[in-house]
Amino acid sequence: MTADEIRRATVRLSHEIVEKQAGTDGLMLIGIQRRGVPLARRIAASIAEHEGVDVPVGALDITFYRDDLSMVAQQPVVKGTELPSGIGGRTVVLVDDVLYTGRTIRAAMDALVDFGRPHAIRLAVLVDRGHRELPIRADHVGKNVPTSREELVRVHLEETDGDDGVEIERVAESAVAVEPVA
Amino acid sequence: MTDVIDGAVSTTGVVVPSVDVAPESQAVGWRHRHLLDVDGLTAADLDLVMRTADAMREVLARPIAKVPALRGRNVTILFYEASTRTRVSFEVAAKNLSADVVNIAASTSSVTKGESLVDTVRTVEALGAQMLVMRHHVSGAPYLAAEIFGGSVLNGGDGWHAHPTQALLDLYTMRSHLDGGSVAGRKIVILGDVLHSRVARSNIWTLTAAGADLWLCGPPTLLRGFEAWAGRGAAAGRRFTVTSDVGAALRDADVVMTLRIQRERMASGLLPSLREYAARYGLTAARLAGARPGALVMHPGPMNEGVEIAADVAAGAQSLITDQVTNGVAIRMALLYLLAGVPRA
Repeated sequence: MTADEIRRATVRLSHEIVEKQAGTDGLMLIGIQRRGVPLARRIAASIAEHEGVDVPVGALDITFYRDDLSMVAQQPVVKGTELPSGIGGRTVVLVDDVLYTGRTIRAAMDALVDFGRPHAIRLAVLVDRGHRELPIRADHVGKNVPTSREELVRVHLEETDGDDGVEIERVAESAVAVEPVA
Repeated sequence: MTDVIDGAVSTTGVVVPSVDVAPESQAVGWRHRHLLDVDGLTAADLDLVMRTADAMREVLARPIAKVPALRGRNVTILFYEASTRTRVSFEVAAKNLSADVVNIAASTSSVTKGESLVDTVRTVEALGAQMLVMRHHVSGAPYLAAEIFGGSVLNGGDGWHAHPTQALLDLYTMRSHLDGGSVAGRKIVILGDVLHSRVARSNIWTLTAAGADLWLCGPPTLLRGFEAWAGRGAAAGRRFTVTSDVGAALRDADVVMTLRIQRERMASGLLPSLREYAARYGLTAARLAGARPGALVMHPGPMNEGVEIAADVAAGAQSLITDQVTNGVAIRMALLYLLAGVPRA
C-alpha cells in the first residue's frame, strides 16, 4: 500500500465507523500500542473533519496480557496505557495496524474489561492478513491482504517510522523465531 | 554515563524492521537472572527499570490494579529479619501481577529447629518456588541462595550490604519529583547512621552513577570507612563527599534523605545518647531551612520520629515518605516482571 492508499483507507474506516454507530454518540477510539495509536488518531482527525466532532482517543498496551510471556526470550518493553476516563457504556473501537492470529485482540479485550464494561467493543484494522488462531474478526478493514505464514507484513507510519507504507516480504524460515502475538 | 541514565537515550535504540511481530520488544532487555545488588546494573538497566516502573504506576492507578503478567508463577518471600514495608510491598507487587505468593517468616519456620539456609532454599524450590525474595541478617546470604536456587533471587536486604529495591525506588522517587526528571548535578544528602545502612550503600551506587553530587553526613563514628570509598569514587569520576558538618551538608541541598538510627545494631560507644544525636544531627525544620527551598525530604523507614527526623518535617509538605512507599510497589512490580522473563538455570 502507498501513502495515498493508507490515507484513503483511513478515511473510509472513519466513515464506516460513524455509519455503523449511526453518529458519534458514545464512540471512543482506542489504539493498540504501538502503530494502532497513530492510526486511531488519524481516524479521529478524519471524523472531526467530516462530522465536526472530537471523538475521545486512547492508547492501550497489551504487554501484561500476552499469552506468550512464558515463551518469549525476554520480557517485552512496556509502552504504556492511557485511556480516556470512563469506558463504561461506550462503544469502544479498537484500532490496530495488522490483524493476524487474533491473539493481540484477545489480550486487548481482556485488558479493556479491567477498566470497565463497554456497551460494545468493535475492531478496525488497516490490514487483515488472515491466519486467525482465535474466533475473532474485524468489523472494519482497510485492506484484505492474502498472505502465507512465511511472509511478513511491514506497516510503517510517519508518526512511528518516518513514512507511510505497507509491504509484504518473504522471509527465510529461520527468521521467524517467535510465534507472533499480533 | 550520567547522560545515558537520565537522558532520553533508550534501550530501544536498535533499528528493527516494523513487522507485525513487534520485534523491538525482543531486541532489548533485561539479562540478569537475579537482583542481588545494584552494582551490576548498567545505565540502560536502570533506565529500563524506571520506564517499566512508570507503566506499573499506571497499573496501580487503575480501578482494578491487577494484571495477569505473572499468572501461575510462584513467588516465595523468605524473611529472616523483621520487616513491614519491604515484605508487604513485595507481596502486594507480586499479587498485582497475579503471581501466587508464599510467605515464610524464619521465626515461625523450621529455621528455628536448626535448618540451614541451603536446606531451606532447596525445600522452598522443591515446593514450587520460582522466584525467591529474601531478606537475611548476614551480608551476602542471597548470593549463597542464588548459587543453589534454580529460579531468580531478589535481595530484600542483606546485613549491612545491600538493599537494591530500596535504592531503585529512591532513585525513581527523586527523578519523578525533581525538575527535569534527573538527579544529575543535584546535591543529595544522606544523613544519619550510614555505617549500619545497606540502604545508604546501595544508594551510593545508583546516585553517583546517575551523576548526583552525593553527600554523606553523620557522626564520625557512623561514617568510618566511607572516606576511603569516597576517595576511590572520586578517582572514578563520581561526586561523593563525606562530612560530619550538618550545616555544610544541608546547604543548598536538593534532596535530604535521613536514615534510621539502628538501635538494634548499635554497639555501645558509637553514640553518647539518642538525645545528643537528635540535638546534633536530627533533621528539624530549622536545619531543613538551610537546604534549597522546597528541598525533598525522604526516609526509607521505619522512622524514629524525634530522633533522626522531627515529626513535623516527616509529615511536612516537602516530605515524600509515603510516596516512597507507593513507588516501592511499582519498582518491585517492575523488577518481578523483568526477572520473570529470564530463563531458569
